[in-house]
Amino acid sequence: MREILLIDSTLRDGSHAKRHRFTEEEIRSYAAAAEQARVKVLVAGHGNGLGASTLQIGKSLVTDDRFLRITKTELKRTKLGVLIIPGLGSIKDDLEPALKIGAEVVFVTCHCTEADITQKYIQYTCRQGKEAIGVLMMTHMLDAQGLLTEALKMQEYGASGVLLMDSAGALLPKDVIERISLLVKGLKINVGFHAHNNLGMATANSLAAVEAGAHFIDATSRGFGAGAGNGSLELIAAVLQKSGFETGLDLYKLMDISDNITAKFTDKPPDVNGITITSGLAGVFSGFCPIVVKTAHKFDLDARDVLMELGRRKIVAGQEDYITQVAVELANKKQNEKM
Amino acid sequence: MSVAILGTGNIGSDLLIKIGRSRYVECALFAGRSKDSKGIEMARQMGIETSHESIAAIERNPDRYDIVFDATSADSHAIHSPVLKKLDKCVIDMTPAHTGWTCIPALNISECADKKEINLVTCGGQATIPIALAIMRACPESEYIEVVTSIASKSAGPGTRSNIDEYVETTRDGILSFSGVKKAKAILNLNPAVPPINMHNTIYAEMTAEPDLKRVREKVHDMIKKIQAYVPGYHLKLEPLFEVDRLTVINEVVGLGDYLPKYAGNLDIMTCAAMAVAEEYARRNGRRD
Repeated sequence: MREILLIDSTLRDGSHAKRHRFTEEEIRSYAAAAEQARVKVLVAGHGNGLGASTLQIGKSLVTDDRFLRITKTELKRTKLGVLIIPGLGSIKDDLEPALKIGAEVVFVTCHCTEADITQKYIQYTCRQGKEAIGVLMMTHMLDAQGLLTEALKMQEYGASGVLLMDSAGALLPKDVIERISLLVKGLKINVGFHAHNNLGMATANSLAAVEAGAHFIDATSRGFGAGAGNGSLELIAAVLQKSGFETGLDLYKLMDISDNITAKFTDKPPDVNGITITSGLAGVFSGFCPIVVKTAHKFDLDARDVLMELGRRKIVAGQEDYITQVAVELANKKQNEKM
Repeated sequence: MSVAILGTGNIGSDLLIKIGRSRYVECALFAGRSKDSKGIEMARQMGIETSHESIAAIERNPDRYDIVFDATSADSHAIHSPVLKKLDKCVIDMTPAHTGWTCIPALNISECADKKEINLVTCGGQATIPIALAIMRACPESEYIEVVTSIASKSAGPGTRSNIDEYVETTRDGILSFSGVKKAKAILNLNPAVPPINMHNTIYAEMTAEPDLKRVREKVHDMIKKIQAYVPGYHLKLEPLFEVDRLTVINEVVGLGDYLPKYAGNLDIMTCAAMAVAEEYARRNGRRD
């Protein structure tokens, strides 16, 4: 039976669903429980990774340093993972301190067409004797062949795996199968998939990825993550078990964590709604949703119009500043049409 | 005055075209490490001497050049810098190596014209630091400035890509030292959209109460006029806007379209700034015949 590695990103992507306001106690209790459930890699920190606590994306309640220290303290066999986006976090300011605290797996992340900006970060991580996984975001914006070209660069830099993120929850199972199977065929290293549920496809897409040959799946407890949320860790573990794959996780414990810890993180858990469906259709980064809603309200616009316009302009993750600009432009246009 | 360009990539090639229009400087050497880059071919067609021996070509005939533009990479500049210092050349460093005297023409060109080594921070630094300073002049109570630059993927050459880490740190340091703000952060995004996006810069200043927006606008517009004197395509995209906890200013840079198309404002703002420095140096230190 093939074993699938399930990576737990609840304390990372879940930060988006908390508007980056995880409390120290929440971090501590979740990390301790993940260790108990035999999670192999637990990724922690701001939703957009190290150094991402900003006005642009949202300020964290707890600093990266504190966040990682608390998590690390609770982990024994479970490895601590961190994510970093070159151009947002830097090696000296962010990655070096994280490795000192004890991060063992680094997800070096970029927009799906820009793998060469990860070179220095991946090589630095490998030189420090840690594991680097290359992450390509917004993979609905590039075809399978293009993704393979970028993933091959990451393999050459020394990454032990490549993770495809469907950051806008815009892929359908057939798109996932096409992308994953080509990467599995073309790469020597492991291939992973990270789903978003904007179009309700997170579980189906995760299963499709595994059936297409993916070696690992990145998911979150209760699907707690940006926009409509991610693939649910316990749901995917159950579905994989039913499909005859091993995960090595304690399924009952994962369910308990979901019901007893994750369910209490917020009164407004991620769900599929008009905003997230539109974001999936428009191909806009899931993390934009709450900011778009707030901004659209302020300028008396329909948030879906703002999302569609952002999608038309091919705005990528990290470009949150375009939300205000697009809203102002749409509001001005609306004003002019009235006159 | 006679100049040499090191680096035959996008920046070097764009400089070459701008120098061709200058009344104060002329290009005597276009040198890189490749024998047949696109830039080298263009220089040959312009009748300019080329070399693939990079800095060795300058060391052989040091007296032929007064100003050297280094448009290579941060790592290469670290090697070039001591050599050029020994040769006593005026060096304009286009890489994010951050050695030498930092120049943003709108802010300190007069104190830079007698310095032997000038660096230009980064493209994002050139585009955002003057606005950060304008905001700090109007709202000195702000303790945190954050700048976000988005550029078209097609405009980011291998140098920019391998230097993205230095970019973030160098831009941040530039904001701190010029604006006097206590804390700062710089972010760079690459966007692959087709048609390519113009260089786009957002400057946020954290503040708890609404500032005197009229005063902020005055300061920002004054600064933009100063920048437009040497970067014609620099313009405001979003008037200073206050929301809850922040002031936001957005600008865009449309390039002159010299070597790369107009969307590459990130390249243009660097070469425009470098030209402003070189021409000021040439004016001050006299034309040599």
